Amino acid sequence: MIQHPYLPQTEDEIKSMLETIGVSSIDDLFSDIAPSVLLQKELNLPKTKTEWEVYQELSHLAEKNRSAISFLGCGSYDHIIPSVVGRIMGLPMFYTSYTPYQAEISQGVLQAIFEFQSMICSITGMDVANASLYDGATAAVEAAAMAVNSSRNSDTILVSETVHPSTKAVLRTYFGDLGINIVEVPAEKGRSNFAAIRDALKSEVAAVLVQTPNIFGYLEDLTGLADAVHDNKSKLIVSSNPMSLGIARSQAEWNADIAVGDTQPFGLPSYFGGPSVGYIATREKLMRKLPGRIVGQTTDAEGKRAFVLTLQAREQHIKRERATSNICSNQALAALGTTIYLSLIGKQGLKEAGNLCLQKAHYLHDRLVKELGAEALSAEPFFNEFTLNIGSKTDDLIKALRSGGIYGGVRVENLDERYQGLVTIAVTEKRTKQEMDRYVDIAREVL
Amino acid sequence: MDGETQLIFERSVAGRRGFLFPENDVETKPIDNLIPENYRRNGETCLPEVSEVDVVRHFTELASRSFGVDAGFYPLGSCTMKYNPKVNEDIAALSGFTSLHPLQPSEDVQGILELMYKLTKGLCELTGMQWGTLQPFAGAHGEFTGMKLFKAYFKSRGEHDRRKILVPTSAHGTNPASAHISGFEVQEIEADHRGLVSIEDLKKHLDENLAGIMLTNPNTLGLFEKDIETIATLVHDAGGLLYYDGANLNAIMGKVRPGDMGFDVIHMNLHKTFSTPHGGGGPGAGPVLVSKRLVKFLPVPDVEKQGEAYDFCFAHPESIGRISGFYGNIGVLTRAYAFLLAMGSDGLTAASEMAVLNANYLRSRLKTSFSIPFEGICKHEFVLSAKNIKEEFGISALDVAKALLDAGIHPPTIYFPLIVPEALMIEPTESESKETLDRFVEVMESIAKQAAVDPQKLHDAPHQTPVRRVDEVQAAKHPIVAWRPE
Amino acid sequence: MAMSVDKSLKYTENHEWVKVKGEVAYVGISDHAQEELGDIVFVELPELDDEVSKGDEVVNIESVKAAAPVYAPVSGKITEVNDALEDAPETINEAPYDTFIFALELSDTSELDDLMDAAAYEAFLKEEE
Repeated sequence: MIQHPYLPQTEDEIKSMLETIGVSSIDDLFSDIAPSVLLQKELNLPKTKTEWEVYQELSHLAEKNRSAISFLGCGSYDHIIPSVVGRIMGLPMFYTSYTPYQAEISQGVLQAIFEFQSMICSITGMDVANASLYDGATAAVEAAAMAVNSSRNSDTILVSETVHPSTKAVLRTYFGDLGINIVEVPAEKGRSNFAAIRDALKSEVAAVLVQTPNIFGYLEDLTGLADAVHDNKSKLIVSSNPMSLGIARSQAEWNADIAVGDTQPFGLPSYFGGPSVGYIATREKLMRKLPGRIVGQTTDAEGKRAFVLTLQAREQHIKRERATSNICSNQALAALGTTIYLSLIGKQGLKEAGNLCLQKAHYLHDRLVKELGAEALSAEPFFNEFTLNIGSKTDDLIKALRSGGIYGGVRVENLDERYQGLVTIAVTEKRTKQEMDRYVDIAREVL
Repeated sequence: MDGETQLIFERSVAGRRGFLFPENDVETKPIDNLIPENYRRNGETCLPEVSEVDVVRHFTELASRSFGVDAGFYPLGSCTMKYNPKVNEDIAALSGFTSLHPLQPSEDVQGILELMYKLTKGLCELTGMQWGTLQPFAGAHGEFTGMKLFKAYFKSRGEHDRRKILVPTSAHGTNPASAHISGFEVQEIEADHRGLVSIEDLKKHLDENLAGIMLTNPNTLGLFEKDIETIATLVHDAGGLLYYDGANLNAIMGKVRPGDMGFDVIHMNLHKTFSTPHGGGGPGAGPVLVSKRLVKFLPVPDVEKQGEAYDFCFAHPESIGRISGFYGNIGVLTRAYAFLLAMGSDGLTAASEMAVLNANYLRSRLKTSFSIPFEGICKHEFVLSAKNIKEEFGISALDVAKALLDAGIHPPTIYFPLIVPEALMIEPTESESKETLDRFVEVMESIAKQAAVDPQKLHDAPHQTPVRRVDEVQAAKHPIVAWRPE
Repeated sequence: MAMSVDKSLKYTENHEWVKVKGEVAYVGISDHAQEELGDIVFVELPELDDEVSKGDEVVNIESVKAAAPVYAPVSGKITEVNDALEDAPETINEAPYDTFIFALELSDTSELDDLMDAAAYEAFLKEEE
């Protein structure tokens, strides 16, 4: 038996326990495994390493990664993260606990989730929200599933072209082989074509999914869309970067039925794409159709306010023909990070952070477009991302910026090959005038 | 702690700030010039206004009203609540990992790509599989991915009638759910008197509609499916595939591998077997690993190695496509890889040996006070039934669980699997010392004794926790799921 | 545990009871079903005038720990739903045989022959145990 800090049993203890059990060796405890499948050799993996060696090896791997001043967005953003967030997430009773099924000793975790749900409701303007889903893309899938499940004879989801390509791809994976059509409605100059969306509405359409700000960064004008969708007895699903919602119109104000998105901008590092936090919120009347965990407020045997996982009936009995997804856990600890962040910045901070992103993005945009004559994909309003058509100079621009220690933006063709020559540039409150001026100076040489 | 805790909103005082941003260093234009009115939000959110100290005290108090592995014994069956190594937290927090944007150029993320590649390779070696994907965010997500892989496989062979998935009656609820929502029909297979899959019942369903079988081995009773080779042969001969739910992998590392048992697709739960923290319910990771013939259907992107360099590859024409927005819960994967290195081949084997030893020890010691439905050795977990004390004294598995809370011990899983009445599923894991196990036995024995002497006290348990038993009926009938300002 | 079985009603294998009044069939769930579910917290009722076929899922009943579908035991058009269940779903637990959930106008009376009578249902319950 090897010695290891994670394995407390000593040779004497092992002997004593074997005796109590009534067997003579550890091997006896595996005698129920047929010899024909029992591993006869050791696993072809390196042997155990000490903590320091593990730390060294992983640090070495971390050092093989590089970073630069980032203007990358498209679903993951480089925002300022207050120190308190990490400290609280690192409290042992939060991160080493399990799902709060035993309410009496999990009131802390449950209340934190209740506060998360409340904040999502407030930000989106919706009545109810769940404890979080995996990410923004799968949240959109869940919303689509809700729409399909709560309507009869529907087999189509209309998706605007300006929804994130990865979201569209995940929708196709989930629904493609179930007879549900994911129909993309072509965009026009970087924004949704609402006339086309309206034309495509027919009785088989369960829902319409749009994203604002969209993949290119532009805000979508959803005026009248909800009415048209509801007249067709379909549901409107709106995906939004929640950082924009201190300033931009909320999904509830657009009269959406379901609000989805990703709260990574709130207190979570990019971390190469995960973990992030998908959110989903809806109107009261669709509450019992919400997937995933939900925490509710109640009282205990002595009348004290208490919290508990509720509406659990929705999770396991999915016998219906049109059931389409089984996401039933949440991103608990990451959602806690978001809750802490939102508590720290508060209602004023959400507006301020949004405004900083807005002002800085427009500063960079205006310098690139007005001074350097770069071609903007659209002249419509944007929040903290915008898209330039750099065309044949894209390679040179990105390379030059990279040499200057800057990630200039996302080459959208890497997300969808239809978008050759387009670069989406994201600016957060973390970016300084100095950094942006340097960006412009480098770009000037190329463009 | 008693009394009610305030919600963070209830601590709000207008004008307080918990965090300030640097001032704008570019020209501030009127917002209306940048975003016209019809795009603007009307009104404010009701996010709280609190100071930094308020936030710290609030969440510190909430943490004190929670229970984690760091506080005590957590024998939740099928959850593998093992110790979460602290060095993994330090590693996961390295800025060389946290600062990475998912759309950075490949040459700048060689370290993380190498980690993902080596982790996949290591997990394949551990489980006897060919290759896999790290994208699934959780076990259920992995199961769903696995079912999609099954579908893609049969579609490629023109076998569109294979719509039936077999699932044991002892299976976890997500198994039939995942199968069903993927478009399969679920057929339950009975357990025999040993608690194992009934071969007789299995044979009834091996027709041309068979897509495959979903199993966990050891099963949810903690018993090793001895006939697994027979089952694999029968299912494969009938043209079906085998799916392995890796929730119970902690029992068999270094002893037997799912691939060698005949499984075609498996998922692992890294937050169970590989020590990544449960975090109060997530984030986890549920990598899916497959046998050779299914590799081409794996989700994109795939991580591949070309020479000494690593890169993402999207060029897999038969792939089922994307199943997540980016690449999975990378923050969880870094911790899992650290654990893989820390344990190694001998450590992982020892972990399973100790997990199985601990479970069998508890089982032997608890035999006298509780009824144990199945004879023989168990693997890393076992099921007790409280039916003897229920019949005699009216004390249910729920009462036992609540009484354990008063002793500072997290209860085992209760009322699962469904085929055992008043079930308590106990999984100690390898992290627990003999003293902890002995104390658990003492407490369980005293509960059994108290059932005879003062059952009402058990019905009213817990007595020592911050809140008493909560009214779940009210919560479900009149759900209040968000705070609203007055 | 012996659950009560109302002798005047007909039953399905999914524990629904049926009471026929002329051309209309009233449908509820048996004592066994409500006991299995536990405290019922929500009943999702169908829309009036919906046409349903025998075996269609018509209602969804939620308790704290479970959700159970209620199927149409016969085909027809929904003519009545028990709106009182919106505020008091627990009446199904309290008086399962006095609480109907929905009623439908029969479109095929021969389907009634496929239902079990009380004795057959009792035997069916015993077998399930």
